[in-house]
Amino acid sequence: MSPVKIYVPKDATACALGADAVAESIIAGASGRGIDIELIRNGSRGAFWLEPLVEVEAESGRIAFGPVTPADLPGLFESGFPGTADHVLSLGFVDAIDWLASQQRLTFARAGWIDPLSIEAYRSMGGYKGLERALRMQAQEIVDEVKDSGLRGRGGAAFPTGIKWQTVLDTPAGQKYIVCNADEGDSGTFADRLLMEADPYQLIEGMTIAGLAVGATEGYIYLRSEYPHCKAVLSEAISRAEREGLLGEGICGSGRTFRLELRIGAGAYICGEETSLLDSLEGKRGMVRFKPPLPAIEGLMGKPTVVNNVLSLGAISTILAEGGAHYRDFGTGRSRGTLTVQLAGNILRGGLVEVPFGATLRELIEGYGGGTATGRPVRTVQVGGPLGTYLPEEDWDVPLDYEALAQVGGMLGHGGIVVFDDTVDMAQQARFAMEFCAVESCGKCTPCRVGSVRGVEVIDRVIAGDRREFNLQVLDDLCDTMIDGSLCAMGGLTPLPVRSALRHFPEDFGE
Amino acid sequence: MESAVNSHQGRVGALLPVLHSVQDKLGFIPTEAVPLIAGALNLSRAEIHGVMSFYHDFRSEPPGEHVVHLCRAEACQAMGALNLEQHARERLGIEFGETTQDGLFTLEPVYCLGNCACSPSIRVNDEIHARVTPDKFDELIARLESEQ
Repeated sequence: MSPVKIYVPKDATACALGADAVAESIIAGASGRGIDIELIRNGSRGAFWLEPLVEVEAESGRIAFGPVTPADLPGLFESGFPGTADHVLSLGFVDAIDWLASQQRLTFARAGWIDPLSIEAYRSMGGYKGLERALRMQAQEIVDEVKDSGLRGRGGAAFPTGIKWQTVLDTPAGQKYIVCNADEGDSGTFADRLLMEADPYQLIEGMTIAGLAVGATEGYIYLRSEYPHCKAVLSEAISRAEREGLLGEGICGSGRTFRLELRIGAGAYICGEETSLLDSLEGKRGMVRFKPPLPAIEGLMGKPTVVNNVLSLGAISTILAEGGAHYRDFGTGRSRGTLTVQLAGNILRGGLVEVPFGATLRELIEGYGGGTATGRPVRTVQVGGPLGTYLPEEDWDVPLDYEALAQVGGMLGHGGIVVFDDTVDMAQQARFAMEFCAVESCGKCTPCRVGSVRGVEVIDRVIAGDRREFNLQVLDDLCDTMIDGSLCAMGGLTPLPVRSALRHFPEDFGE
Repeated sequence: MESAVNSHQGRVGALLPVLHSVQDKLGFIPTEAVPLIAGALNLSRAEIHGVMSFYHDFRSEPPGEHVVHLCRAEACQAMGALNLEQHARERLGIEFGETTQDGLFTLEPVYCLGNCACSPSIRVNDEIHARVTPDKFDELIARLESEQ
């Protein structure tokens, strides 16, 4: 009889919840009972509220158990695990869990199903089909396919990816670069991390296709240092892809070259801004650059450079494998494809939700999320990271797409939704937005560098009731100055959380 | 030192990888290392100081045995991170950026560890811990103390 396959995720969140200890206990428990098992460390499916989520491969599918702690294992084994087990932690077939089954997984289709480092497993689920097709196409045809898909950059700015690629393709140069922005610094976001840890070859394949499309032979993944698990997975995946001839010279036996290198950031939120990231990659302080010139024309080392977010590059393999039209068929209006939302903060069922654009915030917070973890009423949600708007309940029925959210003064950003219960003090949240800007500003623009420090002081005066009306006026002027006088989103968008907190929750500011 | 510099020389933007290599080995970047790196990469000492002081990660003093990074960002705030921060300072008797007298712990702030669905989060060396309550924090610290 062949060994029973058991899957335990090796994802950072799963490990933070004890997945390593669970894996050890399963091995020990099985060996003590003489059960022949093969333990596979898969990626997470992003249902973090169920982690550590253990899966057993049965004839008719994978049976899930979760959340499992080492203390649960003796009981689990006694009830028949890893065979048919009637246990309180049993969740039935993993793909029948409603939270997962109701999603539309395109970019995260493989997440959790496979050992992330196995190229064979990646191929068995459709991996490298896109690259094989791209190798048979002309550069312009690849760019056209991406344009056709309607894909817009998933880092936050939502710029059409195909247009960016076209600019790089059209700019003649001896050397061009593909840079993956994996500096996922927004609080409440973890989609990039999940993709890189659960399905790293998808990113590698996407970057290789990008290289073919624009004529770049070198690529860099700029990964933040706060992601040590991710670093380990990516370095190993890159080495394996090189050994298999999927990276380097003569990819897949073609005459084409694409080299890929992993670079680690050093703790600077601003390096998620693309021009600051490029300076950092060049070994400098991560200072924001003036635009123009666009990075697509003068980017890394002054050469034409595609800078794309992990999820944008992650979508490329699907677009090339299935065609741009297939991808475009999901979504609504000008927001095509799927939306990757991350439910975070004070949330009962937190994790990654991939659905077509158009779902409402309420469906996500109350439906998928199940409300707060503390059981108290939700008071507000911050959408789009630390530079995103705080939205009150009256705005939760807005569909989540780039344009609709902009109409209520919000921005989708990277799709992070941070939930707060009714104990939140919105004046403190506004103050923190300014404080964070002061800590993380690159310092180039005075309104951002100094304005944020003054912002903290002014908000403190408002909270203390010191000439409230006057200081609110000062704060408002300061916000205008930051918006008008900052080169990038750091100083330009910090006023969003500040003003939305003030507008929707004035009672917290000592009114 | 030499191997750290040599393995990265000639690469695009070698400075960050060099600084990371040195710090991974020694835990910090000693003052004596700066002129050596500067010479090897044809940069001024001022440029290296500029880069080191720009990024939160690089340190010029040795840290404690264990570096504890406490997440202060919004998702963790929503789950009581500020309370945990207060508790951690009191338990360890230090402020952010400081090291305990016995040289065991250095406390640092961090803005997001990407573990936002299971907040609050802390990172101890390369390990992330989820849903950290003050009690759980104390258990963790006590375990690390007893391992000495």
